[in-house]
Amino acid sequence: METAVQTLVDVVSVGGLYALTALGIGLIFGVMRLINFAHSQLIMAAGYAILLFFTQSAALAILAALVAAVLLALLTERAAFLPLRGADPATLLIASFAASFFIEKLMVMFVGSRPKGVDFLPFLAGQVEIAGVRLQLLQIVTIVVSLILLSATTSFLKTTRLGLEMRAAAENFRMAEVLGIRANRVIAAAFAISGVLAAAVACLFVAQTGLVQPRMGLQLVIIAFVGTVIGGLGSLPGAAFGGFLVGAATILLQALLPEELRVFREAFLFVAVAVVLLFRPQGLIPARGMKERI
Amino acid sequence: MTLQPSLTLRSPETAPLGQGYPLVAVRSLVIRYGSITALHGVDLEVNAGEAVAIVGPNGAGKTSLLSAIAGIVRPADGSIAIGGEPLAGIALPDVVRRGVALVPEGRNIFGSLTVLENLRLGATVRSDGAVGSDIEEVFASFPILGQRRNQPAGQLSGGEQQMLAIARAMLSRPRLLMLDEPSLGLAPAIVDRVYELLQSIRARGVAMLVVEQNAARAFALADRACVMSHGAFTLTGTPDEIARHERFDAAYFGVAMSAERSPT
Repeated sequence: METAVQTLVDVVSVGGLYALTALGIGLIFGVMRLINFAHSQLIMAAGYAILLFFTQSAALAILAALVAAVLLALLTERAAFLPLRGADPATLLIASFAASFFIEKLMVMFVGSRPKGVDFLPFLAGQVEIAGVRLQLLQIVTIVVSLILLSATTSFLKTTRLGLEMRAAAENFRMAEVLGIRANRVIAAAFAISGVLAAAVACLFVAQTGLVQPRMGLQLVIIAFVGTVIGGLGSLPGAAFGGFLVGAATILLQALLPEELRVFREAFLFVAVAVVLLFRPQGLIPARGMKERI
Repeated sequence: MTLQPSLTLRSPETAPLGQGYPLVAVRSLVIRYGSITALHGVDLEVNAGEAVAIVGPNGAGKTSLLSAIAGIVRPADGSIAIGGEPLAGIALPDVVRRGVALVPEGRNIFGSLTVLENLRLGATVRSDGAVGSDIEEVFASFPILGQRRNQPAGQLSGGEQQMLAIARAMLSRPRLLMLDEPSLGLAPAIVDRVYELLQSIRARGVAMLVVEQNAARAFALADRACVMSHGAFTLTGTPDEIARHERFDAAYFGVAMSAERSPT
């Protein structure tokens, strides 16, 4: 019983982390049909901001992570994607790879590629006992933070004017512009939000692993990207749900696979992904409005 | 279905317009898509309060003309001016701020957003406090939209979506309302309603540019009409003149390629 609950909490917390990452990627894809692989560098930048400030105070480190990720998100938008407005998705994809590699290699040049230890929020490694089950505090915090950010993003999109414009632009970008919506503002806002989500992921991830390195966001972003595809590209609930599912699946596979097969966990994961896409090529929660546009 | 074809939004009052200029002036407009030329030097003026119909077969270039005036497609040559101001320097989201609203072909409502959200987006360019009461007026005129205000607009019928698209465009309080094939894909009874609505909008002094394959419908609404074929106007005149013109059928189907005037 205790193992089952622990595994469940493990599944939900890792799933939440991937859901937050997938939401950041899905938001940008929804608004401008760009798969932003540079999202992993936002997580990385936030990680190094934590490294810079964690000895002074945790609050300062979190604030620095937010500022770093949001600024870098806005900067990549300005420098790499603004000049390519209206370009086809393939061009945007290449640009996002270029931005991603450029920032990563720049980081390697300045700080080296070796991981650095960060003792960030060490108290979260402690255990708490809830209803007789011992759980890691960090997992509880991860679940709570994921829930808060998922609902905050949802509520932003549902209740604010900018959120409404963002959803309109995600469904039919051209028609949104015809109605007078200023696309650049909407896109910049989407990048800023993806920066906030990346910073949150970085804080939780660094607290969990205790390490920062130039490639730190890559694995997360690749798996989360698979999640957005499974969920349905262009659909935000789909992205969050798909991200959660893929994250949860990795932990379940880890727990359920026979020991000698665990090294092949990713292979099993991607087989499952292929099977899902075979039956639901549009994803589990397909996006509307991915069809005709004026 | 209960679509009441009356929409009594207030008269247009967007940005001030250059005095003495036509609302829209199109000069020698050329539109190209790659190696295909969609419009070969089209001239058109629409004055305040005037309704102009553009009819012609599929592929004649009618949509290209509307898209160019709406700022979606940029001209390869020639010019467009709105209230005397060249369109070339105006970004797409600012065209509607100059008083030009478009109801595109296929309506392009936001299907995943609610009816109310669609209408609120129509008023994006407005900062006055009357948006809420204007939307309530739309709901009073179209009870079905009011009943479904919180449902996804994609669940509406084709006719209801067309009414929503027109109401959404009107919420920007345009001086010129451009409609691309407003009758396309709708049952004749619904087309009647759509055109009654357009008639009521026109009666309030909003200029209109209506593109239609259904010439009879558009002619009944318009002060002036143009027949377009193969990217050029083949006949222009009053709807009556054009409908009675001996070469109307030929012009419509593009037999007469050179632009010629109808008798006056």
